[in-house]
Amino acid sequence: MQRIWTILMVLFLGVTLAGCAASKKKGGTVEVEDATIGGTGAEVITDASASAVDSDDATAGEIITIDQDDADMDDPLGRRVVYFDFDSSNLTPEAQRVVEAHAQYLFNNPGMAVVLEGHADERGTREYNLALGERRANSVSEIFQAMGVAPDAIRTISYGEERPISMGQDESAWSLNRRVEILY
Amino acid sequence: MTSKKVTSIKGVQYAFMLIVVVAMATIPPGTAAGALTIEITQGEKSGIPIAAVPFRWHGTGNPPENLRGIVAADLHRSGRFELLPPADFLSRPSEVSEVRYKDWRLIKAEALVVGRITEKGPDRFEVSFQLLDVYRERVKVALRYTASADQLRQVAHQISDRIFYEMTGIKGAFDTRIAYVAMNITEENDRVYQLMIADSDGHNAQQILKTTNLPVLSPAWSPNGQWLAYVSFSDNRSGANVWLQDISTGSRRPVARFDGSASAPAWSPDGKSLALTVSAKGNTDIYVLGVSSGEMRRLTKHPAIDTEPAWSPDGRYLVFTSDRNGRPHIYRVSRNGGKAERLTREGKENAGASYDPIGNRIVLVTNRGQGAGYQIGVFYPESGRTDVLTDGTLDESPTFSPNGAMILYATRMGSEGVLAAVSADGRVRQVLKVTDGDVREPAWAASR
Repeated sequence: MQRIWTILMVLFLGVTLAGCAASKKKGGTVEVEDATIGGTGAEVITDASASAVDSDDATAGEIITIDQDDADMDDPLGRRVVYFDFDSSNLTPEAQRVVEAHAQYLFNNPGMAVVLEGHADERGTREYNLALGERRANSVSEIFQAMGVAPDAIRTISYGEERPISMGQDESAWSLNRRVEILY
Repeated sequence: MTSKKVTSIKGVQYAFMLIVVVAMATIPPGTAAGALTIEITQGEKSGIPIAAVPFRWHGTGNPPENLRGIVAADLHRSGRFELLPPADFLSRPSEVSEVRYKDWRLIKAEALVVGRITEKGPDRFEVSFQLLDVYRERVKVALRYTASADQLRQVAHQISDRIFYEMTGIKGAFDTRIAYVAMNITEENDRVYQLMIADSDGHNAQQILKTTNLPVLSPAWSPNGQWLAYVSFSDNRSGANVWLQDISTGSRRPVARFDGSASAPAWSPDGKSLALTVSAKGNTDIYVLGVSSGEMRRLTKHPAIDTEPAWSPDGRYLVFTSDRNGRPHIYRVSRNGGKAERLTREGKENAGASYDPIGNRIVLVTNRGQGAGYQIGVFYPESGRTDVLTDGTLDESPTFSPNGAMILYATRMGSEGVLAAVSADGRVRQVLKVTDGDVREPAWAASR
């Protein structure tokens, strides 16, 4: 019984955090600055000033928000985040159930676009984790495609370890960060 | 320079507590972030005993920079010198004619650095220095520089380079630049990423790119120091891509458009090609891109993750990380492709490898298992041995100095990311806290 409560708590946390994560997504901006650093000679140093040129090529990202207020915990469709073991992109049976429910929904509602966002915990190098997040998103994508979701409707993005849900540095935090978010 | 504190600590277990105290004491809240240097010296004192006398100031008011302090910090950080404490000095000469060699033999200095700064006009200073051989009683180097106030730090690094070369026979690498990424979370919970360029000691930091909620990682200098390649995102719907930015003009462009994502850029030694990782249809492999031709060539073809390519200095090989045998390890492949050879066999995981400038050593991130976490190691391909240089749990992104004498890497101080430097023999480690915020992804430029 204790175990069931623990599982329910974890699931609830998952739903809550998924809601937070999705609603926090904001547009991205970019600013570029020049940074000329003058070289100097060994004996005589000429003037080496840094010129400043503003070249703002700001690109606004899109805002994706998901309303999760009426998420039903018993309904796998109410869960938008699936979690993974360390350095693994294999779906747990529980995650499989959630992914299949979304695949079925998307199959029944053609024309909807879905973004699968892969993430990793902070352990391991950033670049390896970028690839791992990609692989996690892809293992969800494979199930979607096997269940008839059009490949064109699926987009996978990995953020590696760059967008953690939990900032902690222990397994309880890491386990929340190893995830794929199903966004549509 | 009031925010600069140097603390020598023996015994790493006490280091953390002291670091926090020093950090709080030296950066008053609300002020611009000052550079903060903390030394963690391991083991017994070793290296060449050298005395650096505070440079004598000829001018009004206070000297604009503490040149002796900069030079001493550079030399110490290299792990090759033992800086003798100025409190022990019996005299304070500023040029060779004032030197009594026996004063320096008494405190067992092998080499002596003396110098002066003279105010020549508005924002115009003359710096002279001499490096003296105490036992032979002769001048090894005597140089004079003219500089404005904001060039004085660079003059000090050039002095350090000259001393390093005279005393070790190895070209100095203090007058060089580094790039890194700083991340701050705003009150509105936005993640602001800044791509920064700074001197090798973390001073003179300049922002060259700022993004909000679009991660920036893996900066890589072109061999001529003109370009930075890095990974970023153009919006919230596209995957990672590799960007090229001209340091002097600020203009930037994605290196190519990929069906999927691209990351982990690495310049070939001739600067003509970029090795990178491309993920397409769920498979992550290494490609080589001609920078001006735009031509793409696939180097690895394996269902596993292949990423983090890095070139050998002669350009004939690339090392990369792959989990093709389960856990991530380092492999090597010819620049023409073909079969990849596994290099690392020790440890649970190895990743993020890159060569030293000669090609004899590979620096990497190693996980030795048993919950040890991730440290910086130097791997010798000839023997298969790995020396572990650091003792953090999430150390990463190691980058050799252009002369191979030091390694810069990212580590944690509490929950915050900081940069640290370790001498290539692991003897001296130093935290360079360059800005407020989470600092990571250092890359050391090969040329200034």
